[in-house]
Amino acid sequence: MPCFFFDWTAGIRACESSRMMEKPYRRRDLLGIRDLSAAEINGILDTAENFREINTREIKKVPALRGKTVINLFFENSTRTRTSFELAAKRLSADAVNISVSSSSVSKGETLVDTALNLDAMDPDCIVVRHGSAGVPHQLAKVSRAAVVNAGDGANEHPTQALLDAMTIREHKKKIEGLKVAIIGDIIHSRVARSNIHLLTKLGASVKVAGPGTLVPNDFQHLVEKNLEVCPHVEDALEGADVVMILRIQRERQDSAYFPTLREYSIHYGLTNDRLALATKDAIVLHPGPMNRGIEIASEVADSSRSLILDQVKYGVAVRMAVLYLATGGSIGTKE
Amino acid sequence: MRLLIANGHLIDPAAPENTGMSVLIEDGKVSAWLKPNEAAPEGCEVFDAAGLLVAPGFIDLHVHLREPGQEHKETIASGCAAAVVGGWTSVCPMPNTNPVNDNAAITRYMIEQAERAGLANVFPIGAITKSSDGGELAEMGEMKAAGAVAVSDDGRPVPNAGIMRRAMQYAKDFDLPVVDHCEDKSLSSGGVMHEGRMSLLLGLKGMPALAEDIDVVRDIILAKETGAHIHIAHVSTKGAIEAVRRAKNEGINVTCEATPHHFTMTDKIVEGYDTNTKMAPPLRSEDHLEAIIEGIKDGTIDCIATDHAPHHADEKALEYDRAPFGITGLETAVGLALTELVHKGVISLERLVEMCSTNPAKIFNLNGRGTLKPGSIADITIIDPERVWTYRSTESRSKSKNSPFDGRTFTGQAVAAFVGGKLVHKTPE
Repeated sequence: MPCFFFDWTAGIRACESSRMMEKPYRRRDLLGIRDLSAAEINGILDTAENFREINTREIKKVPALRGKTVINLFFENSTRTRTSFELAAKRLSADAVNISVSSSSVSKGETLVDTALNLDAMDPDCIVVRHGSAGVPHQLAKVSRAAVVNAGDGANEHPTQALLDAMTIREHKKKIEGLKVAIIGDIIHSRVARSNIHLLTKLGASVKVAGPGTLVPNDFQHLVEKNLEVCPHVEDALEGADVVMILRIQRERQDSAYFPTLREYSIHYGLTNDRLALATKDAIVLHPGPMNRGIEIASEVADSSRSLILDQVKYGVAVRMAVLYLATGGSIGTKE
Repeated sequence: MRLLIANGHLIDPAAPENTGMSVLIEDGKVSAWLKPNEAAPEGCEVFDAAGLLVAPGFIDLHVHLREPGQEHKETIASGCAAAVVGGWTSVCPMPNTNPVNDNAAITRYMIEQAERAGLANVFPIGAITKSSDGGELAEMGEMKAAGAVAVSDDGRPVPNAGIMRRAMQYAKDFDLPVVDHCEDKSLSSGGVMHEGRMSLLLGLKGMPALAEDIDVVRDIILAKETGAHIHIAHVSTKGAIEAVRRAKNEGINVTCEATPHHFTMTDKIVEGYDTNTKMAPPLRSEDHLEAIIEGIKDGTIDCIATDHAPHHADEKALEYDRAPFGITGLETAVGLALTELVHKGVISLERLVEMCSTNPAKIFNLNGRGTLKPGSIADITIIDPERVWTYRSTESRSKSKNSPFDGRTFTGQAVAAFVGGKLVHKTPE
């Protein structure tokens, strides 16, 4: 079985497959948070801190990735994440190309492997991929010479989202270790929840998840070894939380009988000021967007000072700059 | 023509008193046993099986040969070539061809194609319902007359209990076993792997074990009421095995098979998203694997079947959740069973032969096979239990290469096969 090691500090991607050994230049994939150590996660976050300042300059551009090519390969619609990756690449002076494919490789009549090989033949340094099917970045990484960065794969992972969430938390709470984090909503279908659970538990936070029983299976308890608890009620998860993460609820889940109506969902699982009062006084609220106001989050919460939704988006650019920089050969903690 | 299989170690669980004898073959049938030191009759050809195990030909109750209709994946000739290399002298192809084997003409065509290939015997399984769409019953009597040995809608299990009840009542009239791929699709639809910790971890939709359990229990209740013989295909869950065990104790006419991949691998291997780890039923978690091993040990599981399901590489080179279900298995099954079951002390060689030959012949009423008693058909599998070899899918005789065992090294291999007394395969030294 192929096995990938993600060593963001040493800089070289090791792999069992002989094909990988022939890679002509250094590259590092970011396929998921699950594969990273706490030190590697902190390394990426520290690098992102260094890049943040660039985004506040009048001339928001440094030559760090000049001459490098980044392909944003999006098989799923996305405004925020794609724009964020594109800006990140451009602010580092990389050439960024966006490819939006509305459907999977099947309906184009091309296999996933062929798509990857064709893009790879154009010698990009990094392929950022989003796909509705879990595992597509892993499959691409096996055949492509370019570094592969996962921008969200099915219900598996969305590592840069978890990293930007961590950056937001670090900014406001000054630490992650020891924090109590509640994640509320459609856990089973959420790549954001998975990446966040891996990241937060690796960095020593304790995570409680809650939502309708149909969307939060008890087995989730065993996803990671420690620091994770599945709560029977939203209120149990919110009690004493320092950070509250609200997940987007998809309308189509109603059609698949996961819950009866959006109205009932908002009444029993939505984050209102009353429910938020169960958390600590200075608890912060995160949401990966786009929000369904009045459903998973009440406007009174979304628009309050505790909601850091726009900070998340802001830090997203810095995090993606760091990820692109490290993926294409840069070292931890540096810029320019 | 006379042929003596000499110097080998005969294992025939149907006639244990003759362990170790030489087998004399005349005109495609076993004519006599000779003592090991007895000289070969004059003018008789001799196959030297010194150091080798001689067994009644192995019978695989569950394969997909893809012909007619999907010859780019497999043909009856290529599937039979893979079968004899793997030690299987008879294979029973499922009816999910295109068109579906739901009538005598297709059944006959499959048998004729196998005769043209002249390698393994092919005993087709007919459909339960027309086009396997779960509606009207297929012409089981006609198919049986044409050579079908059982009926099944395999990957499209009959969802309607009322139709299944009639199918069992009707199949019983013709002594046809009803084979069911037990999966309640209302519970498993959209799933691509076993539902459990690994599916949650990988973000893939799960197929819960209970989707299999519920259908197995339904079938057992129907078999009890109708008196029909139900054969549960590829059992993969603890619950299914427990249900079969209870039913057997109650005397219900139920048998079942397990595949080599289910008794050797768990859902952990899905990590990495290799689509050659995707099949139905899916690879399950450790506790289910242990239950299968227990079922193999205590006899609840009657036989080993491969569920050989070839798919073209282009069809498997897709997103995990879009790739088709199934892996090849004919060439790796015996190696896996010897390595993982016999050499690890789970079962004896005798039990292996029973599971691969004696029992399958009984389950599908293949008279004259599954034993090497004088008078029986000279289908013989010769095994070198100690031979170390490595499976390379590129060298496979199957037209498809979708195996998760590529590059795996085994201890024990089927090294020769006779069908009707004719040598159809011999592994080069």
